Amino acid sequence: MDQQRERFTPMKSYVPFRGLFDPCPPIGEKYYSTPPNLYVGFQSPNLEQFTPQEALRKGTLWKVFYDYYDNPYKRGGDSGHG
Amino acid sequence: MRSPAPFPQRGEEIVWIYEKKLQYPVKVSTCNPTLAKYLVEQYGGADGELAAALRYLNQRYTIPDKVIGLLTDIGTEEFAHLEMIATMIYKLTKDAKPQALKEAGLGEHYVQHDSALFYNNAAGVPFSATYFQAKGDPIADLYEDIAAEEKARATYQWIIDMSDDPDLNDSLRYLREREIVHSQRFREAVEILKDERDRQKIF
Repeated sequence: MDQQRERFTPMKSYVPFRGLFDPCPPIGEKYYSTPPNLYVGFQSPNLEQFTPQEALRKGTLWKVFYDYYDNPYKRGGDSGHG
Repeated sequence: MRSPAPFPQRGEEIVWIYEKKLQYPVKVSTCNPTLAKYLVEQYGGADGELAAALRYLNQRYTIPDKVIGLLTDIGTEEFAHLEMIATMIYKLTKDAKPQALKEAGLGEHYVQHDSALFYNNAAGVPFSATYFQAKGDPIADLYEDIAAEEKARATYQWIIDMSDDPDLNDSLRYLREREIVHSQRFREAVEILKDERDRQKIF
């Protein structure tokens, strides 16, 4: 269970197929987002909450649904995501 | 002197309520009309906030009672998002001279509209009611709504990727998070409608 939690990442990546005559330099890893709403199912009661002030800034009251996003290609394309 | 209350007090006659405040603050730190050109995708684009608001506030008449309230809540919130996007576009273009708009790829927009906002997508295609559906089948409609939220989430990601304005990105991240929560609630609405509780399950 803990191992599974460690492996969870809201950002996945793959290396696109490279043809012999592709004109552009390879992008390396291609990223796509898999936010928590894809995994949670019907929300169960008594989940952890942000404080009301935090919730208004973050856009959700529930910690489980919070997913910070930043451009994954910014740091040379490798930000350690699985 | 009493400050005006946002909601009616006992005995007060109220014709219409509107809170003149953005859902989340919008701050723009760099003069960058090119970002306005991208942002307009969320204003008058197929998966934009206008399409979302009109889609949900129209579907809600013909959806089971249990989920009408959800569509009303989310549909009206989309209008709050629309106001935020409009504010961003307005701020990014309000002091731009015609030449600056031309260099940002907004020359055609200037010729048609000056700096006025218009409901079109990032490529200049005017908004269309064909961007959304109302099939009347609750599952089909809710699945469309889930897809619309995920597409809007992706659009916000692509705009954040193209933008290097930290203050603008902060507001865009808030809007992206709301798409995630909306998608979650639509998924739960499907679970409510397909629920087989108290029934013998024979498939």
